[in-house]
Amino acid sequence: MEFLVGHYNYWIFVFLMMLGFYVVVARGNLVKKIVGLNIFQASVFLLYISIGKVLGGTAPIIVDGGGPATYSNPLPHVLILTAIVVGVATTALGLSLVVRINEAYGTIEEDEISGMDKEP
Amino acid sequence: MRHHVILRVIAKLGIPFIVLFALYVQFHGDFGPGGGFQAGVIFGAAFILYALIFGLDNALEAAPMNVVVAFIAIGLLLFAGVGVAALLLGGNYLDYGALADDPVAGQHLGILLVELGVGITVAAVMIAVFFTFADRGR
Amino acid sequence: MIAAHYAALQVVAPLIAAPLCVLLRRGALAWLVTVAVSWIALAIAIQLLVQVMATGPVSYELGGWAAPWGIEYRVDSVNAFVLLIVSGISAVAAPYAHHTVVREIPEDRHYLFYSAYLLCLTGLLGITITGDAFNVFVFLEISSLSSYALISLGGERKALTAAYQYLVMGTIGATFFLIGVGLIYAMTGTLNMADIAARLDPVEHTRTVLAAFAFIIVGLGLKLALFPLHLWLPNAYAYAPSAVTVLLAATATKVAVYTMLRFVFTLFGADFALDVTFFAEFLIALALVGVFAASITAVFQNNVKRMLAYSSVAQVGYMMLGVGFFSVTGLTGGIVHLFNHALMKGALFMALGAVFYRLGSVRIEHMRGLGRQMPLTMFAFVLGGLSLIGLPLTVGFISKWYLILAALERGWWPIAGLILLSSLLAVAYVWRVVEAAYFRDPPPDRPRATEAPLALLVPTWILTLANFYFGIDTSVTVGVAADAARALLGEGG
Repeated sequence: MEFLVGHYNYWIFVFLMMLGFYVVVARGNLVKKIVGLNIFQASVFLLYISIGKVLGGTAPIIVDGGGPATYSNPLPHVLILTAIVVGVATTALGLSLVVRINEAYGTIEEDEISGMDKEP
Repeated sequence: MRHHVILRVIAKLGIPFIVLFALYVQFHGDFGPGGGFQAGVIFGAAFILYALIFGLDNALEAAPMNVVVAFIAIGLLLFAGVGVAALLLGGNYLDYGALADDPVAGQHLGILLVELGVGITVAAVMIAVFFTFADRGR
Repeated sequence: MIAAHYAALQVVAPLIAAPLCVLLRRGALAWLVTVAVSWIALAIAIQLLVQVMATGPVSYELGGWAAPWGIEYRVDSVNAFVLLIVSGISAVAAPYAHHTVVREIPEDRHYLFYSAYLLCLTGLLGITITGDAFNVFVFLEISSLSSYALISLGGERKALTAAYQYLVMGTIGATFFLIGVGLIYAMTGTLNMADIAARLDPVEHTRTVLAAFAFIIVGLGLKLALFPLHLWLPNAYAYAPSAVTVLLAATATKVAVYTMLRFVFTLFGADFALDVTFFAEFLIALALVGVFAASITAVFQNNVKRMLAYSSVAQVGYMMLGVGFFSVTGLTGGIVHLFNHALMKGALFMALGAVFYRLGSVRIEHMRGLGRQMPLTMFAFVLGGLSLIGLPLTVGFISKWYLILAALERGWWPIAGLILLSSLLAVAYVWRVVEAAYFRDPPPDRPRATEAPLALLVPTWILTLANFYFGIDTSVTVGVAADAARALLGEGG
């Protein structure tokens, strides 16, 4: 029980990761795949942020020469900020590809596209 | 959106404050939470809101596409340029301490300029992404 | 004074040039900038390699922050060699790009193409040079995002689906890698590679570290197209613009292989990796299955670019085979094959790009009779093909020689036999092109093709002749690779 409750952040991470991964693999709609990819990436953001958290800690900002005694690790936040930006860029690029695929094929369903791409 | 008076009035009232808040987040970033990424996104959101309420054509008139794309490059160049400036002044790449005689002042100046570069690029990218998608298939 | 900053400039030069291309807005100017920067990058890479071979690893602290806290760029013999490969290929591919880009890409996008090209180069060089685990992820995404955009510029609509597929697979791979790095950070509290290597020992046998290892191997396996995670590669290479195919085929998978070497040997250490049950055996099995499956698929391809793309998957198998031996000879073979494969695939894809420039197609039935119409281009293709097969005097022979030696060293002679057998498959698919080009009449409905312009032929032949030069004089390549292998296995050097 302790194992289950004490690691609840990991369980959320694993659940979201698998959920996102499943959507990417199982859905044929290209936009839904991008949504799945986003959930998948967001799960990793949660993993990083949650392992940097110190219970009772605050932001490590020095006020009037003295900092807080306990503070959460700020580094994961910085790393994840970068990863979020990467995620935004990936989403934008992915969606723009979907728009152009829609213009070129007239559909965004994977099976219909691969049907059209069959070598004659 | 011509007829939605409430939306237009609220947007007109709100957008200056959003931009102001973006600038606050931008330049307060070296004392407290904030910085170029967040400020750029807020600034971009103000613009996107304007485009949503007042139409894409008005927004494109205010910020033509090639100007926005140029700002993406300018922000990145500012970032990289600060690094090179530090290098030319005798420090390592991005060593802000070398930017001024007093290392603390140098750090301050460096992070300010770098975050400004980040802010410009992020805002321009956000606006460019929105314009590109909104302009497609019209 | 500038010599102290080579490590930073290696990445910063293309990084600054990329936005510059956007501001210039003229395709021809952007191309000039790209060529200039590629050559500068090559000069810096050569300087770094000389420096490393003379005085040992070079360390550079970005922003002046000392190593475990700040981001450190660290160049040793392993990545100096990879930097040389990446910048060298780019220095040849950038001049080559001009004609093919004019031919294949709408004119208003030329400057954006070069900008993305330079960002891709920045990313590839950055992955290689950095000594910070998270920084690897950032540069990995810079190079990947720009390569998705570059691939989608290909002429056919299949380029779009190929780029999309690569985007999904590449993002999954990069995110897996990110999870692995996060778990390592949770266990060691550091992101600096050297520091991780030092702190990983006491926690080495926890499940977290094992999970991190698995995530990183699978994530990088996706990026380097390790069989069976290679499905994105054939389409991405086949439908990308010619210049992009040259750059990606010759460098992108190599950099991913390098990253895997770095993580397996420097961070986790060979002992740890060998302790993981069946890791080496698993790698060797996947590599061999990959070599055969991909080579057999290549034989049946009618699009020659796709054929060579499958052959790339097979060649990645050889590199992984070298890793799987966990011996100095095996690693030397794997690392030298990074270089050699870049040379041969660069030359082959460049020759194909020239064919595409004249014919507008690289399908095998359209290439009939081309041997007489484009003699220089097709002869370069044949020589590149011989190198791919592994004929003596070519670089392909050198890599296979070391791999076979490594197999015999371990007493695994069936593997040596399989390596030889797989070369026969390479003969089969190269022969199909040769037969069509030299022993068939040109299709009557095809207008007579003329020899490719000099701007395409010169880079093609530079790489083709390099295949022979480095196949005969192996002192530089094998010397550096052996040094790198010893450094990775921790036997000095």
